[in-house]
Amino acid sequence: MTTDVERSTDDDVVAIPLRHPWRWVAAAAVIVVLGLLFNSLWTNENIQKQYIWQFVFDPRILKGVWITLIVTIISMVVATILAIILAIMRMSANPVLRGVSFLYIWFFRGTPLLVQIVFWGYLGLLYKQISLGVPLTDFHIFAVDTNTLIPALVGGVIALSLNEAAYAAEIVRAGLLSIDHGQREAAYSLGMGPGYTLRRIILPQSMKVIIPPMGNETISMLKNTSLLAVVAVPELYTASSQISSGNLRQVELLIVASLWYLFITSVLSVPQFYLERYYARGNSRQLPPTPYQQLKQNIARMRGRADNRRVAAKAREEMSA
Amino acid sequence: MNDTDLMVDARGVRKWFGTHEVLKSISLTIPRGEVLSLLGPSGSGKSTFLRCINHLEAIDGGRIYVDDELIGYKERGDKIYEMKPREIAKQRRKIGMVFQRFNLFPHMTALGNIIDAPMGVNGESKEEATAQALQLLDRVGLADRADAYPAQLSGGQQQRVAIARALAMKPKLMLFDEPTSALDPELVGDVLDVMRDLAKSGMTMIVVTHEIGFSREVADRMVFMDDGIVVEAGAPNDVLDNPQHPRTQAFLESVL
Repeated sequence: MTTDVERSTDDDVVAIPLRHPWRWVAAAAVIVVLGLLFNSLWTNENIQKQYIWQFVFDPRILKGVWITLIVTIISMVVATILAIILAIMRMSANPVLRGVSFLYIWFFRGTPLLVQIVFWGYLGLLYKQISLGVPLTDFHIFAVDTNTLIPALVGGVIALSLNEAAYAAEIVRAGLLSIDHGQREAAYSLGMGPGYTLRRIILPQSMKVIIPPMGNETISMLKNTSLLAVVAVPELYTASSQISSGNLRQVELLIVASLWYLFITSVLSVPQFYLERYYARGNSRQLPPTPYQQLKQNIARMRGRADNRRVAAKAREEMSA
Repeated sequence: MNDTDLMVDARGVRKWFGTHEVLKSISLTIPRGEVLSLLGPSGSGKSTFLRCINHLEAIDGGRIYVDDELIGYKERGDKIYEMKPREIAKQRRKIGMVFQRFNLFPHMTALGNIIDAPMGVNGESKEEATAQALQLLDRVGLADRADAYPAQLSGGQQQRVAIARALAMKPKLMLFDEPTSALDPELVGDVLDVMRDLAKSGMTMIVVTHEIGFSREVADRMVFMDDGIVVEAGAPNDVLDNPQHPRTQAFLESVL
């Protein structure tokens, strides 16, 4: 053998890549199926695409998007605050607080969200007036008609917040439980009180456990706002169905609404990424890359791969020569 | 009580975990400035005793005084009352503690770990706390790692930051709960050096440790505990070289 001389002396592995024919077959099969499906929708005469373009920026739809977004954000903020309180109550030494928190979660998780939304819409049937005064006397500082104080939109936000708080409370509780007991002991040994320890030491560390499922909850919330259609809140889904009941382009307007839901979901995942990244500091030696850093890495890797291919092609030429 | 020369005065301390009596009437006094080494097999109650001193564990019997103050309770007449969490926290400020597992706060840098309690608990300004923290980091040999997160530090470095963190509260008493047991052997030395310097500076220290050589060199007194009682106490060389009690003898034979 004379290969000792011909063999490359540098240590880089310049192997001819293994071929993966079945990967190509599988990819092609999936693309064909998707293409057929897309084609059947795209060329479907029952979907008049001009209606989609016409209504996607319609002022009524845009107002619906706005309401959906506002309701989602307010409900999530209120729900998160309530959830932290409920989670702390649930872990409290006080059996009454523990019991109340347990009952709250049991009730709001155990009844359908739709029922809760309708219930808040009918609150006026249960309490005609809401008043502030001395209990069990006739003295009132003020008294307002229930339906005036709680219009459909407010009732909807209350319903979504209270329901979400029950789920989020369990997420927060899991996050608090995930922190090693030694952290609390170290904080106490430094003279920190229980409240300060929770705020500065326990909660910030729980965030890395809490945020990913809360991102899920936010997306659920976004879509659950469409349930407010039953109490006639003019959010995105209500707006699109109101338009379609006028022009009978139901499918087109459902597509319009879906496009917006998808868009908002995508937008909401951006703050989630950066929040996760913020709370991951100190947890891993390397923070996950931002999209820009990822892009730079990918380009560098592609360049590297192209280089490898060039080297491999050259080696193949030399072998055949 | 008036100022005495005792930093710790433990009288008949008893502690139960369920039906198991972990501390069976421990009485121990530690003069100001003394370095006491606590030795004993695992499960002997030495760590529990340490944790009772800063009230991480509530005691079931007896009294513990630190710096002439009853820990965890208030005495009025012949009754004692449980303290509020805020009052307990205040007492703990003068008792520093170092844990076997370091327990640094992973979401804060080394500097952040050290300045948080002085700022948040003692109300020091950021400049004041940072200046002091940098001095402490220098003292434990980590001046250049102020901005590192705990995950970026070795075990020995983490433990030295933990010591600096405890010292930042200017404690009068330092408790060490097996500070080198979780470390790789080659990292133990740096931590012991810091503790040796601290002992020389006159700090009152209680050290639960299996580092016999360190105890012999640094400790003023050694206490051997077994099964929830103090079996033997004396100068380290006496206890180590000439143990009187058969249980001490048996333990030392198995360790040395």
